[in-house]
Amino acid sequence: MLEHYLSLGVKAVFIENMALAFFLGMCSFLAVSKKVETALGLGAAVTFVLTLTTPLNNLFYRYMMSEGALAWVSPALADVDLGFIRFLAFIGSIAAAVQVVEMALDRFVPKLYAALGVFLPLIAVNCAILGGSLFMVERDYTLGESTVFGFGSGLGFWLAIVALAAIREKMRYSNVPPALRGLGITFIVTGLMAIGFMAFAGIQL
Amino acid sequence: MSAKSRILLDPLFDNNPIALQVLGICSALAVTTKLETSIVMACAVTAVTAFSNLFVSILRNWIPSSIRIIVQLTIIASLVIVTDQILQAFVYDISKQLSVFVGLIITNCIVMGRAEAFAMQNPPGDSFLDGLGNGLGYSVVLLAVGFFRELLGSGKLLGFQVLPVVTEGGWYQPNGLMVLAPGAFFLIAFFIWALRTWKPDQVTED
Repeated sequence: MLEHYLSLGVKAVFIENMALAFFLGMCSFLAVSKKVETALGLGAAVTFVLTLTTPLNNLFYRYMMSEGALAWVSPALADVDLGFIRFLAFIGSIAAAVQVVEMALDRFVPKLYAALGVFLPLIAVNCAILGGSLFMVERDYTLGESTVFGFGSGLGFWLAIVALAAIREKMRYSNVPPALRGLGITFIVTGLMAIGFMAFAGIQL
Repeated sequence: MSAKSRILLDPLFDNNPIALQVLGICSALAVTTKLETSIVMACAVTAVTAFSNLFVSILRNWIPSSIRIIVQLTIIASLVIVTDQILQAFVYDISKQLSVFVGLIITNCIVMGRAEAFAMQNPPGDSFLDGLGNGLGYSVVLLAVGFFRELLGSGKLLGFQVLPVVTEGGWYQPNGLMVLAPGAFFLIAFFIWALRTWKPDQVTED
């Protein structure tokens, strides 16, 4: 059992890396990777919110939206399928979770709150977060699996964005063709990183 | 050019949402392994952007600014649900291939970004055109990337064999890298490189 979770976690971090293999969270991945420090902050926030919302949405889906899930309310609702409404429900629960996390951090850990700053509210519209929940539905994860998957994907995103930020900091000293500066070269670096991560493919625990 | 056609055509090359504004890249990369999925995705995103701009613009004077994000998200999510249902009804196979990325249109920064930056300040007609234009700007990149990835990756276009591949007695050696994730990154980089060489005022420092 433990092995299964471990293998799922490793898979989420390295092999199926959110940013480099599924292109999720690309907007913030490219926009917030100019400095290692801010990248660390965003990565932490993403990991935190993913670990929280993926299992939360799993519960929502399992007990309210999947086919026949409402049977526990009354047998008359046994053949109701609210699956189509999951986009709306997920984005709502993510936005709400982000809001709660923001208030809780502000009240209890103001230091972390200040460090995460503007990234926290932005996370509500980060595709990696919603993607985590949608993959969870598609792959039919259990509650435990989705917790591991959420945490692992967050960690993978964190790793990738910090690595990219470190490379971009170094790249300030290199002579890039003018038309490639900024976005262009960042894409090429990301592509090379993706090739690097592909080396993890096939690893099994 | 008149003001209206400027709103519509500017996002195509002069102010492209992907190449210049860095918006909506997630799905641009993930769905472009084949031209067919790229076309369907481009249509879906263009429709959602145009209509979300329209509806946000109609409602803009009634939306309190403190909760505007959640209102916009609700409008966009509803439109995406409609789109998803339509895709499932009419092009089921492609809808299966697009998997989670139809849902991810909700968090596509283009839709959100245009609603926030344009539709909140402008009348419905202009906003609709702006949404349509940005959707088309996104489609240009998506179709270009999808075209090259399918052609170079498997020698096909829309499923038809264009370049006869070696394994079937032809001459073309398919470039497997194109179908994988890194190929997409490189192609977008080349697209941006070409665009910025053509229009040097889009060059940014660092």
